[in-house]
Amino acid sequence: MSGRRPTQSVIWIAALLAAMSMPWLFYNYHTGRHSGFVLSMLSQMGMMSILALSYNMLLGQAGLFSFCHATFFGIGGYATIHFLNMAGSGGLPAPMELIPVLSGFSGLGLAVVFGYMATKQRATAFAMITLGIGELMTTAALSFHHFFGGEGGVNANRMIGHSLFGLKYASAIQVYYLILAWVVLATAAMFFLTQTPLGRMANATRDNFERAQFMGYDPRMVRFLQFALSGFFAGIGGGLYAITYEIVTFDALAAPLSANALLMAYIGGSAVFGGPLLGAVLITLLQSGVSLLSNSWLVYVGVLFITMVMFAPNGIMGLVQAHRPVARAGLLGQLALPYLRVMLPGLLMVLGFVGLVELTSFLTIGAAQGKTLVLFGNSIDVHALSPWIISMVLLLGGGSWFRVEARAFHLVWERLMGEVAPARALA
Amino acid sequence: MEIVLVSLLNGLVYGMLLFMLASGLTLIFSMMGVLNFAHASIYMIGAYLAFTVSRLIGFFPALIVAPILCGLLGAAIEVWGLRRVHSNGHVAELLFTFGLVFIIQRSVQMIWGMLPMAYRVPPSLDFSLFTFYGEHFPAYRGFMLLVSAGMLLALWLLLKKTRVGMVIRAALTHPQMASALGHNVPVVFTIVFAGGCMLAGLAGVIGGNYQTTEPGMADAMGPIVFVVVVFGGLGSLLGCFIASILMGMIETFAVVINTSMLDLLKPLGITLADSNLFTEIMAMPVARIGALLPFVMMIVILLFRPRGLLGTRDT
Repeated sequence: MSGRRPTQSVIWIAALLAAMSMPWLFYNYHTGRHSGFVLSMLSQMGMMSILALSYNMLLGQAGLFSFCHATFFGIGGYATIHFLNMAGSGGLPAPMELIPVLSGFSGLGLAVVFGYMATKQRATAFAMITLGIGELMTTAALSFHHFFGGEGGVNANRMIGHSLFGLKYASAIQVYYLILAWVVLATAAMFFLTQTPLGRMANATRDNFERAQFMGYDPRMVRFLQFALSGFFAGIGGGLYAITYEIVTFDALAAPLSANALLMAYIGGSAVFGGPLLGAVLITLLQSGVSLLSNSWLVYVGVLFITMVMFAPNGIMGLVQAHRPVARAGLLGQLALPYLRVMLPGLLMVLGFVGLVELTSFLTIGAAQGKTLVLFGNSIDVHALSPWIISMVLLLGGGSWFRVEARAFHLVWERLMGEVAPARALA
Repeated sequence: MEIVLVSLLNGLVYGMLLFMLASGLTLIFSMMGVLNFAHASIYMIGAYLAFTVSRLIGFFPALIVAPILCGLLGAAIEVWGLRRVHSNGHVAELLFTFGLVFIIQRSVQMIWGMLPMAYRVPPSLDFSLFTFYGEHFPAYRGFMLLVSAGMLLALWLLLKKTRVGMVIRAALTHPQMASALGHNVPVVFTIVFAGGCMLAGLAGVIGGNYQTTEPGMADAMGPIVFVVVVFGGLGSLLGCFIASILMGMIETFAVVINTSMLDLLKPLGITLADSNLFTEIMAMPVARIGALLPFVMMIVILLFRPRGLLGTRDT
């Protein structure tokens, strides 16, 4: 255990340094400008990290399935727009840096109300109540104009002239560092919460509801507190969203965002604290990167998600953790060759699949948009037979080869696990 | 008065459509404990398939072919997908269907495009059945009622009079006991899942031209079907039926009622002068918040009666 802690802190510090230096890697020294695309993507990653981490307070730590997490994110955003407007007109003497606290409290307030209702029930009933709450709030946001602004949403100007450090937040880079600071604060706070008795009891009610009850705790109270606190952090995320975009519409609290929170937490790995953060970064990268290249990125996300559910239910971090005993025994090198052998057919299979998806997509959506499929500088005729056959052969051939290699890999893995297992038992 | 009768009839049509979707979902949910998120997506596929098939060989063959294709798709999903994740627990199963929603949604857009399809009522059914207080009642709605009533009868006969139905009913209420008695519960699962998808496909065929066949139709229908299933209760088809008709009525009646809470207070001499969020809520006509009502009802019933209207077990 003692050997683990320092490496983990090193990873966290490296991640922080990377996040801090990332905008400067894409700095254009000729024009003296930051890349707007990179900055907005990084900012988005920051907000989504908070959303995913706060969602994992429910999914991973308390074993609760919520389908309304974006509600608290959104309400934080809407409230922040109103706070910014109040602060801009001099009605609210709050500096910009502390406005996300107010957004957090807006999220907390709503989460207390809805959490009281939802945590009365367990399991599927809980999930269904949250689903109802999410739909309810989306419909409400579309129909009420005073607070939510209807379909057009509400907007504000973030240059309110109050700042602890005399900053104006006119440029995106200042906003990015504000977001980063809040991500660090919120992540630290959420990590601290996992170490408190509340965090531990949340784990206990997840693992065995009745037993936690037997020990004299009120599991519903534990879940309620956990729900309310996760609403607080989601509200902070929403506040940062409002500050970045200066407009909040019903998208910020609608079901797709709640679904995104679930995807990010699950794909990253909900059993490990840092997993959702990794998931948020990856999914945002996919969202902004792949959606530029392809119309059908949702298919890829869906397939990735289903693959994870079927073969790696503990997410990416779970996969990494599975290698820990092997690494500790110093046998990681033995896995390199089997991995390479699996990777090659896997790559072919993925290529074939992507080819088929893109061909289909360009046949309909692309044609409607007047685009043509271009690969390595050559435009490809999607009506010709050969690209379809090539993709199909790649998919099927790669797939069957992959099955053979995967079986071989499985054997190596089992053997390694067998060698490592006694060492684990001794330790 | 006439508006009540017309809405009653329309509500019945919509309620029966909902039941066709929800009955399959109730069976799946009660037996396997899986809330199938992709159920409304199958409904959408049914509508799109019906559009394509009806252009090739006509509407009435499509009425049979499209649901069968949906049933086969459902069986494939169950055998190759759900059964594999079954060992990872209910959470994994739920997430699996959740991922399917994304894939189906986007695949439909990729295959058929983003625009609504020109899936129309067949000409042989495109006439007015009777005139009703000056309003025409389309023959197609009568046909929808006929199909859904026939489906209801067939489902009832299947469940009550056949051996498979008996096993399904047993597995519905006592899944462990049924498997302990030596019935092949996995095969029953596949049958029920495929059957549920078939019903969803049928609902898609007759609902696709009643509403619009477009990529958003699954998202529009999905939450309502969930509400119906949860409201009606786990393991109870009768509860599901009552809930479907109720929701159908609520949805159709809400859009014609134009009073608000403020209108009810007017006789008491209460009026509100300023304009803020509270007065906006009070002055909102029922027609505009009709979409909220099913969700409010679902939350309320889950809070006070988590097993639903006629459910046999807690959800």
